[in-house]
Amino acid sequence: MSDVLLSGWGRTAPTRAHVVEVSDAAHVAAALLHAPARGLIARGLGRSYGDPAQNAGGDVLDITGLTGITFDAANGVATVAAGVSLDALMRECTPQGWWVPVTPGTRQVTVGGAIAADVHGKNHHVDGTFTAHVARMALSLPDGTLVNVYPGDALFNATAGGMGLTGVVVEADIQLLPITTALARVDTDRFDDLDSLMAAMASGDDQYRYSVAWVDAGTRGTLGRGILIRGDHANAADIPERKRTLAFDPGTLATVPALVPNGLLNKASITALNEAWFRKAPRQRRDELQSLTAFFHPLDMARDWNRMYGPRGFLQYQFVVPDSAGHVVQRTLEALRMIGATSFLTVLKRFGAEGPGLLSFPRPGWTLALDIPTGVPGLAAVLDSLDELVIEGGGRLYLAKDSRMTPRTLELTYPRLAQFRALRAEIDPNRRLNSDLARRLDL
Amino acid sequence: MIDALSRPQSVAVFGATSQIAGSLLQRLRSPALRHIVLAARPSPARDSLADSLRTDTTAVTVLDFDASDPDSHSGVIDAAFAQGDIDVTVIAFGVLGNQADFDADPASAVEAAQVNYVGGVSVGMRVATRLREQGHGALIVLSSVAGERARASNYVYGSTKAGLDVFATGLGDALHGSGVHVMVVRPGFVRTKMTEGLPEAPLSVGPDDVADAIVNGLRHNRETVYVPSTMRFVMSGLRHVPRSLFRRLPI
Ligand SMILES: Cc1cc2nc3c(=O)[nH]c(=O)nc-3n(C[C@H](O)[C@H](O)[C@H](O)COP(=O)(O)OP(=O)(O)OC[C@H]3O[C@@H](n4cnc5c(N)ncnc54)[C@H](O)[C@@H]3O)c2cc1C
Ligand SMILES: NC(=O)c1ccc[n+]([C@@H]2O[C@H](COP(=O)([O-])OP(=O)(O)OC[C@H]3O[C@@H](n4cnc5c(N)ncnc54)[C@H](OP(=O)(O)O)[C@@H]3O)[C@@H](O)[C@H]2O)c1
Repeated sequence: MSDVLLSGWGRTAPTRAHVVEVSDAAHVAAALLHAPARGLIARGLGRSYGDPAQNAGGDVLDITGLTGITFDAANGVATVAAGVSLDALMRECTPQGWWVPVTPGTRQVTVGGAIAADVHGKNHHVDGTFTAHVARMALSLPDGTLVNVYPGDALFNATAGGMGLTGVVVEADIQLLPITTALARVDTDRFDDLDSLMAAMASGDDQYRYSVAWVDAGTRGTLGRGILIRGDHANAADIPERKRTLAFDPGTLATVPALVPNGLLNKASITALNEAWFRKAPRQRRDELQSLTAFFHPLDMARDWNRMYGPRGFLQYQFVVPDSAGHVVQRTLEALRMIGATSFLTVLKRFGAEGPGLLSFPRPGWTLALDIPTGVPGLAAVLDSLDELVIEGGGRLYLAKDSRMTPRTLELTYPRLAQFRALRAEIDPNRRLNSDLARRLDL
Repeated sequence: MIDALSRPQSVAVFGATSQIAGSLLQRLRSPALRHIVLAARPSPARDSLADSLRTDTTAVTVLDFDASDPDSHSGVIDAAFAQGDIDVTVIAFGVLGNQADFDADPASAVEAAQVNYVGGVSVGMRVATRLREQGHGALIVLSSVAGERARASNYVYGSTKAGLDVFATGLGDALHGSGVHVMVVRPGFVRTKMTEGLPEAPLSVGPDDVADAIVNGLRHNRETVYVPSTMRFVMSGLRHVPRSLFRRLPI
């Protein structure tokens, strides 16, 4: 237990909090009962980009001490403590022929964090969000009582995407997906411009369980050229016997040293990396077998890569807009190129149907995510103007990535916000749960 | 909360009618800014400043504040923080006076010390307590290069700023690791109503330059900011000039 400065994955806007370690549900309840005036918030692995897992002047509950997996390989239901990472869950269950049904671009997130942000993966258009596969959550309410909540419950819908503000998730039952190999069968297509890329996605994504496009947002080359990567789990029956495997052994490569000069990832290097990545992709490739880690989590190969942006940090701008506002994708790329804001990781994807989570991010349409160094001159004003396009288009920004939107933007884009606020006022009148995000956005 | 692009949602300025503060407030305006607290002595200038800053999304609270009356300060600071956290606080008040008047009326020198130094300590300590509790926020203190080395021509003012500067620097160290960022700003000659009518010194700047330097300092978490930045080298040179020579310099 100590006072530390905490920030999110983007390493911006650090604040001080008292970190409380917990190892079981009783600890969690006690911490909630003893929450200081400025409240308490749960923190998983800190993979949110902005400020949801920090709480200036209050307590932060380090949830990673809640460990333990009970797995029933007969029906594929895993009962998992909230501090367990998806990485640990995959290591446990993949060799037994079960896959975590929704995984973000990194495995280094906790089950609690995946529920609180209601994360999505490359299969959102088919399988929905993470909480669509959660059959039960054990939730420690602000008053310390432990309750089980189930799909359909008001508390379930508020907690899915509720950014830790409805209670502390202690445990969850997750229905996993049966697999026969730890391999993905992947189709890759390269497109020279954004229009053809988006057309291919709009017409063809339904034929794939997993689909995501990487878009070149460097300052050279045709704006929006990209690589579309789609696939599904490989069936053992369809591949040669010697290639069949359920082994899951990712390992990590290099750690980025702590003292990277500010701006190692700068305009020139990001543009060059984008260029190289685009050139190395095949124009078209079919039925390539890839390990699940290479397919789902290429970023996890380098640890702490967020340090490459130096001490000033970076942010991620991720929005979703309905198909009718698909032009916002192009406008965003153009506006950011205009001010020289290059993005190393730019991901475009189509979302499927909206779930019941009151503050869940996904809704049908296009989602674009860009990583941008915060030091780019003029960035604040450009992002503000892009917010307006997102608002006009009927879209929204993702709370797990946000570090700069305003309460007004939130209010205009999350129609179920009032419901969420009402529920929060009811179950937590004294604001035992609070976070920097909640203060910034009046959640 | 200050956002990832170093934009505050709330700002409180003590001595808000200062021209430097006015420029800074213009720079800090953004869609993120929700609340401004203007603490200053009552004046039409204060009211028109409030009117110019108020928008649909930015509320402005005006508080009566007299730096020379420390007994009133805790009430003012309570009021400043009454609506929630303050992300950026600024100690902007100050009087320059002139040495001849101080010589003629020693009580006026005491008054200057009361405002610049005692007032700064009084507000600074109380604000620091609040920011420490918050676990985040910035305190910007307008010091001066005049405090770095006393000059015969304005040593009373210089001494008040020297005291304030040492106070704020020490406070910054005391708050290290608390989530609170203390920034000591040392401008040279700034063309404002404070220096109106005085002959311009070399390296003089406008209030906008000071505001820009402060905004930049917020982005980079700077603890000491000289304006212009070259002043840092000038002052470090001047510090080592022997006293017998320094006395005779035309500054
Ligand atoms: C490289 C990278 C790629 C990513 N890709 C994707 C992606 O493809 N799709 C996607 O949806 N997201 C993605 N994310 C975001 C990430 O999945 C979410 O931010 C996730 O919430 C992080 O989990 P965490 O354990 O690190 O939680 P933290 O960041 O520590 O916390 C996030 C939120 O969860 C809450 N929380 C944590 N534990 C609990 C608990 N036990 N009970 C209640 N609340 C809790 C916190 O209070 C906070 O509000 C990515 C992030 C990174 C860094
Ligand atoms: N201008 C320069 O060359 C220069 C250089 C270095 C440092 N500084 C410092 O920068 C700060 C701002 O100065 P500025 O240049 O912006 O000059 P300014 O416009 O004259 O501002 C000084 C402000 O201090 C306020 N003030 C004076 N006595 C006060 C009191 N008793 N209670 C409350 N407020 C009081 C004044 O408010 P009223 O409107 O009520 O009088 C005035 O608005 C000062 O601390 C100054 O010492 C200035």
